Amino acid sequence: MQLLVCGGTGCRASASATIVEKLNESLKAHQLTEEAQVVTTGCFGFCEKGPIVKVIPDNTFYTQVKPEDAEEIVAEHILKGRKVSRLLYENPENQEHIADSRHMGFYQKQMRIALRNCGVIDPENIDEYIGRDGYSALAQVVTDLTPEQAIAMVKQSGLRGRGGAGFPTGLKWEITSKFSSDQKYVVCNADEGDPGAFMDRSILEGDPNSIIEAMAICGYCIGATKGLVYIRAEYPLAIKRLEIAIAQAREYGLLGDNIFGSKFSFDMELRYGAGAFVCGEETALIASMEGKRGEPRVKPPFPAESGYMQKPTNVNNVETFANVPVIFLKGPEWYSSIGTEKSKGTKVFALAGKINNVGLIEVPMGITLREIIYEIGGGIKNGKKFKAVQTGGPSGGCLTEAHLDTPIDFDSLVAAGSMMGSGGMIVMDEDDCMVSIAKFYLEFIVEESCGKCTPCRIGNKRMLEILEKITQGKGNMEDLDHLRNLAYVIKDTSLCGLGQSSPNPVLSTLENFYDEYVAHVKDKRCFAKKCKALARYTIDPDVCTGCTICARNCPVEAITGEKREPHFIHQEICIHCGVCYQKCKFNAINVE
Amino acid sequence: METIKLTIDNRQVEVPKGTTILQAAHQAGINIPSLCYMNLPHLAQEHKPGSCRVCVVEIPGRKNLVPACATECADGMTVLSHSLRAINARRTVVELLLSDHPKDCLICPSSGNCELQKLSITMGIREINSVENAAMSTYRKDASPALNRNMDKCVMCRSCETVCNEIQTVGALSAVNRGFMSVVAPAFEQELTDSPCTFCGQCVAVCPTGALTAVDNTFHVIRALADPNKFVVVQTAPAVRAALGEEFGYPPGTSVTGKMTAALRSLGFDKVFDTDFAADLTIMEEGTELLDRITRYLDGDKSVRLPILTSCCPAWVNFFETNYPDMLDVPSTARSPQQMFGAIAKTYMAEKLGVKREDMVVVSVMPCLAKKYECQRDEFKVDGNPDVDYAITTRELAHLIKIGNIDFKTLKEEDFDRPMGESTGAGLIFGVTGGVIEAATRTAYELFTGKKLEKVDFHELRGMEGIRTASVNFDGTYIHIGIAHTLGNARKLLDGIRKGMYNFHAIEIMACPGGCIGGGGQPLHRGNSIVLKARMDSIYKEDFNKPIRKSHENPEIIKLYEDFLGKPLSEKSHKLLHTHYFSHPKK
Repeated sequence: MQLLVCGGTGCRASASATIVEKLNESLKAHQLTEEAQVVTTGCFGFCEKGPIVKVIPDNTFYTQVKPEDAEEIVAEHILKGRKVSRLLYENPENQEHIADSRHMGFYQKQMRIALRNCGVIDPENIDEYIGRDGYSALAQVVTDLTPEQAIAMVKQSGLRGRGGAGFPTGLKWEITSKFSSDQKYVVCNADEGDPGAFMDRSILEGDPNSIIEAMAICGYCIGATKGLVYIRAEYPLAIKRLEIAIAQAREYGLLGDNIFGSKFSFDMELRYGAGAFVCGEETALIASMEGKRGEPRVKPPFPAESGYMQKPTNVNNVETFANVPVIFLKGPEWYSSIGTEKSKGTKVFALAGKINNVGLIEVPMGITLREIIYEIGGGIKNGKKFKAVQTGGPSGGCLTEAHLDTPIDFDSLVAAGSMMGSGGMIVMDEDDCMVSIAKFYLEFIVEESCGKCTPCRIGNKRMLEILEKITQGKGNMEDLDHLRNLAYVIKDTSLCGLGQSSPNPVLSTLENFYDEYVAHVKDKRCFAKKCKALARYTIDPDVCTGCTICARNCPVEAITGEKREPHFIHQEICIHCGVCYQKCKFNAINVE
Repeated sequence: METIKLTIDNRQVEVPKGTTILQAAHQAGINIPSLCYMNLPHLAQEHKPGSCRVCVVEIPGRKNLVPACATECADGMTVLSHSLRAINARRTVVELLLSDHPKDCLICPSSGNCELQKLSITMGIREINSVENAAMSTYRKDASPALNRNMDKCVMCRSCETVCNEIQTVGALSAVNRGFMSVVAPAFEQELTDSPCTFCGQCVAVCPTGALTAVDNTFHVIRALADPNKFVVVQTAPAVRAALGEEFGYPPGTSVTGKMTAALRSLGFDKVFDTDFAADLTIMEEGTELLDRITRYLDGDKSVRLPILTSCCPAWVNFFETNYPDMLDVPSTARSPQQMFGAIAKTYMAEKLGVKREDMVVVSVMPCLAKKYECQRDEFKVDGNPDVDYAITTRELAHLIKIGNIDFKTLKEEDFDRPMGESTGAGLIFGVTGGVIEAATRTAYELFTGKKLEKVDFHELRGMEGIRTASVNFDGTYIHIGIAHTLGNARKLLDGIRKGMYNFHAIEIMACPGGCIGGGGQPLHRGNSIVLKARMDSIYKEDFNKPIRKSHENPEIIKLYEDFLGKPLSEKSHKLLHTHYFSHPKK
């Protein structure tokens, strides 16, 4: 038997390392160390209910395990074969316990290719990766295939870049392979920056060898002997596991000279990023790796021609690489049988926001947003009404009820006014103000703009100022026109992908939630009651007991009334601070 | 050559492969406006970061607009530079730039010379759509002895960065901060005076707005001229007369020596002298020093440091003091002509005129910003009184003339005062790259060989190439000469010398492209090489027509030695005309 304990960053923050210790102690105390082993794995994805302990082979899935539960799991489950039902996942629909993870709604619609080993193997042990066919794709490629043949297979699979733009991976490799140079580079873009997205981190933490293997395959295909992983320094666990994996791979001869006895040599290094969002853009990433200011440059030349140190460079995202070995193991036909016509395979999404099952999921392309949100995600938190889902990170767009049944892939999301991005998916409910949401994303963009080109540097700041004005109730209809024009011009003229997509949250909310903007501007109302400056506080005279607590706490003396008589808020004085609302013990204060 | 056919605004254009849309459009008479684009062909430097987005054009079928400056033409391409979409985008971009730009154009030092102002005028922008009290990115002001930084006016074109790093290799300026607050500044936002800045002023020369400007001393000069107790003497550097006319509508390359002299006299200067005189004096000192070192070297003296490096250019002096502190004994110890002039004016001349040192004000008109710094250096002061009180630029002189209500074009030509206005063609060519070493060669040849130099023009030392080398036959002895202009080329030469790659006897270095004619204080030429060439030709032409073309034949110089200095490298010369250098990685 095996006890798999999630060792991803999220679960570790909830003491999963201590759980491992306690489980080991209990196994020892019960003299079960022969019968059962504790394995620290990568992320299971179901972060909402972490830390996760999974018992193999029966797939018993314990959720929200605490260190003090370890003894009970060992004493009951391992020793006596009785599942600890209080730790099992509870089906929100019928409150029944589900023991086997395969029967949980969260996993039923998922298809795990990139995440195939996450939550399954010990990422710090290369043998476990090899035990699951690891490095056999590399062996096959370097010994049986020519680079052209291997590239053809990647092309045939239909794999597209998972970093956001969805450029065909095989084609990118082919282009880079055609440039001749004394030195070429394979770069893995692990500069994951979308707020709330953590798929690349989870893959690196849970299955670092898959990236090493894929980068070596790419190196063979394009004629590069050197791999570089550009990873943000705030991913210490991913860095540690990647370093361990690289060291083990070198020890096994899977990195280094004459891999698998072939003429192919490949080795790799890490490069740390300081966490600038724009460094996910490949030319900015390359500039940063070269020690220069992390900012993009005009393309062409593309990195395939002139990249790191002016040498041909192929840059792929972590998740893209994670798919590569499987294409060779199962064949491009198999891979291309999954997904939609133009988007093949699966996509990992980081589900977040007002959704029951927050976590990391991998689904086949073509699944609908409804399936993701309601079946995998378990619906909206607290039974609230769904309002929007934001995909593609800070530069994606907000989609509505109307888009829920669209099969999602690279192209359909763009057509709907959003984008795949790296796979952030944030769900919003009726309590979310869409103007504030647009403002929130723009704040991020303004913070992260590198400042090189005018539209992104100044334009986004100006858009933010207009949104601030609107949420403060000072907007007018002309502001909406300016906002729209600015958004279009920024999209049309910015230098890099960051700027070109930065207006998406504004444009998509203007498109899909125009009424809310108009309500803010014309009626000075915020439906979601999020914009404080627009809130109107009144006292319900039937409920008010005249306790005077509101009047005593009002900082601007806007509330008057006799003791034990209903009080009254003078709207012309009220500054919408909300103190009365918080202080009232009788729910007598209404907010509109 | 492979050519490409495309259509720009319904006009058929045929251009060589590799041509950008901006160039192709220009060829077809379509002037697509741009801001951050800067082409310096004579320096092989094309700055096209594609970042201002002013030159965006529409290519039907493409998802986004493209920057014309950084997009190559393709066969069969259709380009629309004034479609509604392109015009709206361009206007919006310029409005955005203006929304984050101070609106004090009327009193801005760059008013009338500002590219952003020109854009606004050309595009007829009458309002800026942004919210009331839109935030402005503001920064600490930075003043230095030579140039001022007001980064509130920076449009992030990064031209200064390219000039400072790529051309000058000084590395004082680079982009710092992110997003809305990004700006070009010295590392860690130090002040310029604490940075490796040499005050060459080339950043000022290429700044399209009022972000980088020269220190303005015009009113100090006006006050001195108005003071009845002051005897105000002016000297004009050779490159000034070749460019001043541009400020009054003359075509580049028009020499306005006589009118300039008349204007200065009209402004009220008590004596109108010429830096060219001091240039001749420099040749006497530096040429003698060169000959002395070469002779000793040829005689087998191993302690002699060769090559000798010229030391007329103050930005160059700053550069080697900062970057080559181990080579401080290599350059000539001769002071620059500006400082030699000041030293002689406030001793020999003051005595002759019966003016007390403290009552004499020496003003220099220079094509240069670093000269403003140079005249403030402590070693060029006597009891706190500087040899040169104020250095003003060619541009400042033009302002002075305008403030003085002088109609420059109708002025009658006048000559300099004597004795310090007497000069030779050799002194004049100090204003162009290669000129100092040519002037030195003319004199050194005759002193070394004892023969008369028949061919005065050394064409092998002239030109615009960044690094030039020549060997001059001194009657059987070959003197190897290196010439570099721009500090980047100077660095290449110096690094080569350090590695022992060259065996030059003498090297001339000027910090600015083309030499002083391309100085940071000259009428703004935005790197236009045609303007530089015209100024250069004008100087050589004037030299050609000078009756005396060798410094040692200048009668007033001969007299100065007879009456006052004795001989070159004399004790008095050493005291007044020579200097020493300081290792100061930080100024």
